[in-house]
Formats: sequence, C-alpha cells, structure tokens
Amino acid sequence: MSKTYYLSTPLTSEDTKQLRSGDIVYLSGVIYTARDAAHKRLVELLESGAKFPFPIEGSIVYFVGPTPPKPNEPIGSAGPTTSYRMDSYSPTMLKFGSKGMIGKGKRNADVINACKEYDGIYFGATGGAGALLGKRIKSAEIIAYPELGPEAVRRLEVENFPVTVINDTYGADYYQMGREQYEVKD
Amino acid sequence: MREIEFDEVVKAVRNIIVHCGTDLPQDAYDALSKAMEEEKSEVSREVLRQILENADIAKSEKRPLCQDTGLAVFFVKVGDEVKVKGGLLRDAINEGTKQGYTDAYLRASTCEPFSRANLKDKIGYNLPAIIHFDIVAGDKIDIEYAAKGGGSENVSRATVLPPAAGKEGVLKYVKEVISQAGPNPCPPITVGVGIGGTFEKAAISSKHALFRELGSVNPDPEMAELEALMMIEINKLGIGAMGMGGIKTALGVHIEANPCHIASLPVSVNVQCHSSRHTHIVI
Repeated sequence: MSKTYYLSTPLTSEDTKQLRSGDIVYLSGVIYTARDAAHKRLVELLESGAKFPFPIEGSIVYFVGPTPPKPNEPIGSAGPTTSYRMDSYSPTMLKFGSKGMIGKGKRNADVINACKEYDGIYFGATGGAGALLGKRIKSAEIIAYPELGPEAVRRLEVENFPVTVINDTYGADYYQMGREQYEVKD
Repeated sequence: MREIEFDEVVKAVRNIIVHCGTDLPQDAYDALSKAMEEEKSEVSREVLRQILENADIAKSEKRPLCQDTGLAVFFVKVGDEVKVKGGLLRDAINEGTKQGYTDAYLRASTCEPFSRANLKDKIGYNLPAIIHFDIVAGDKIDIEYAAKGGGSENVSRATVLPPAAGKEGVLKYVKEVISQAGPNPCPPITVGVGIGGTFEKAAISSKHALFRELGSVNPDPEMAELEALMMIEINKLGIGAMGMGGIKTALGVHIEANPCHIASLPVSVNVQCHSSRHTHIVI
C-alpha cells in the first residue's frame, strides 16, 4: 500500500531509505534543474574536482527545461522531461552525494543500481502537467550556464511539489510493478 | 485568382499557435475525461486527474500546458486559385510561428543537430517550422497545425515489412513499438499508424494521422476494424497513464493507408503524448 510523505530538501539517507516504489512524496525546499547539456558539464566538474555550482550533498536534481516566465512570475510551465537521456550521468551525480532525481520515464540498470548503492531515489512527476507543476515553484534563479537557455542550471524553491517514487533504494521499479499488475498476456 | 495578404496569414498562424499552447482541444479533453472514468488503477486515475487539472489551469491562467511546446508542424493544402500577396506562404507561416511562440511565452525547442545550439539570432523562435504542402483545387488555404513534443517523437519508429507479414505483422510491429516505449511518450497516447506508400510516405501519413479528431471513426471500414483491434491490443500492455500501470495506455489509434510497391509493406508508428495540441483553420 502506497504511503504519502512530506519531505524537505536536502534529503538524507534516512529520508530516502524509508521510501518505497509507489509512495507519493510532496517535496519542499530547494531543488536544482539540469538537462542533457548541463549534465555533461556537471559530471565533468565532479570528475575533475572543480568547483560545483551548488551543494551536491543531499541535493535533488529536476530534469526540466521550463518555458520562459511571464513578467512578474518566477518561471513558466515546468514539467519533467524524459529521463533516460541522463542515464549515463546520474550514477556519478549520486556517487558524489546527490540523493535524488525528478523526471519521467524509464531508467536503465546502472541508475537503478546506483540508487541502491548510494541511497538515491528516482522520482516521477506527471509529464505534461507543466502549468500545474510550475505553480508549485516559488522562485527560480539561473546559477550556471545561462547560454544553454532552457537547459541552464536553475536553483528552484518548491512547495509541496508532487512526485511518485519510481525507483527506491532497494532496487524496485514502479513502472514494472504497475505494468505487471495490469498487463493482459495472451 | 483570389489574393490573401501576407499579414493575414501571419496573424492567423500566430493566433492558432497562441491558442494551442494553453488550450487543450475538446477532443483530447473529452478522451482524457472518459479514460479517467474507465481506468481501474487508482494511481493512473490520480495522474489523469492531475492532467485534467493542468488543462483547466493552463486555460484559465493562459499558461503553457506543457514546457515542451513542441516543434510547430503544419499540413497545408493550398488551392490552385489562391495567391499570397506580398511574400511567400512559407515565410508567412514561419513569421506567424515566431510571433506565436514569442507572444505566448512558449519555449523555443529548435536546435542545431550536433552543436545543439539554440541561438535567438539564428534558429531561435522555434524556426523553421515543419511544413508539409499539398496543392488542391479551390481558392482557400487549409492549415492543420500541431505542437509536436519531443518525448513522444523519440519513441516513434518506421520499417518496411515483407508483404507476407500482412495485417498481423503490422499489428505486431505497432504493439512492439508501444510496448518498448512504455512510460516515455507520456501516455495515454494517440498512436498514428502510416501503412503502405513508400518509406517516407508511411512516415508522413503516420504524422498526419495524429491530426485527426480523437473519437472519430476511420471512413474505411477495414481500417476502422484494424484501429479497434490495435486499440485493444495496446491497452492490454498495462502501461497506463504516465506508465504507472493501468488499462488506458492509448486514447486512440489512427491509421492512414496508401497503395504501395508489390515488394513492400511499409509501416510507420508516430506517437502523440496526452497533451494533443492540434487545430485546423481555413483561410
């Protein structure tokens, strides 16, 4: 039976280890955005030991490229992008202390194993609910790579941001669990 | 020869882009509402509830439905007795696209294929639009438009089957593509299937099939029957809304079939996410 949690960032291993695939989580606090191009650069920074643009310990990274904000609004529409494109980078992010990712769609075995090894969580947010999710973001500030436009790294303050645990720290995959329950085999 | 002012086309295109960015078409809204009523999985129902709430917020507050505001895709039928005065029709559609994406604060998602550069002075403003032209009789310009997102485009596939594969082979291929896609294209999806023609004709037909109204019936009874069968088979996959598991993976399956070479059976599958932003105008 799925449970509901209200968690504040940064997350600790204690926070992540209580979660199970299928649980609903409302996240509040600071999260950071990064997509394909930014991940490539961030992972290079970690591997070379260079200065990182945000505190990685306990951080949550949101895979999103928002629409431009209207005047006097912090951000435009901001739903998740498809996560597999970050599969080659996510294990390194988790290894250096990040505790979670928000996206949509399947992750590969390397990411699922890294979640187990480093107490990380892969959260799914509802794709195509950009207007609804954008309203849960209270402030947004570009902190790295402004030249990447929608792909720049942003620091977001979120309030009760709704996500579902897809991959937990025990190797479970909610996409597989949900599908098995409803698949009709001939 | 009827003449239409260049600026009239620009304005019309700009307006449909602005409208589609924030207002989910009624056919998609109705199909999602019906799916929510019928879905057995509680988690998928909650996802569908969020999707419908998102559509309500987007419409009332004029916020983009999704941050992926797509590439602008057009199917344009130009009458042989109409002429655009003061410029080229293609330029007018591109200018309307630029204005629509800018005025409605939509994301410019176009970039160079390898450098991935997205530069305002170069190909920003989401240009160039993807435009498929056809010439028909009459003095009207008929424009079908869709904002096509990347997540659903990425799972789309095309192949050429041997003719002996037949309907069963096509059905198997379509089911495999959707099974492999799983949660990635933001289900519940619309599945566009192009059958026959040549390799590229099948692909373009599968794209155009997505522009058809959800809930409409294929006028060809043979294809209508195949669509219904594909719908049942796809929904047996159990993928559900956003892949959370459930009985509603597809909102609709739309087939466009064409005559093909005696040696070939081309088939293309183009997928549209649940945020099916499309419209149709005649100028």
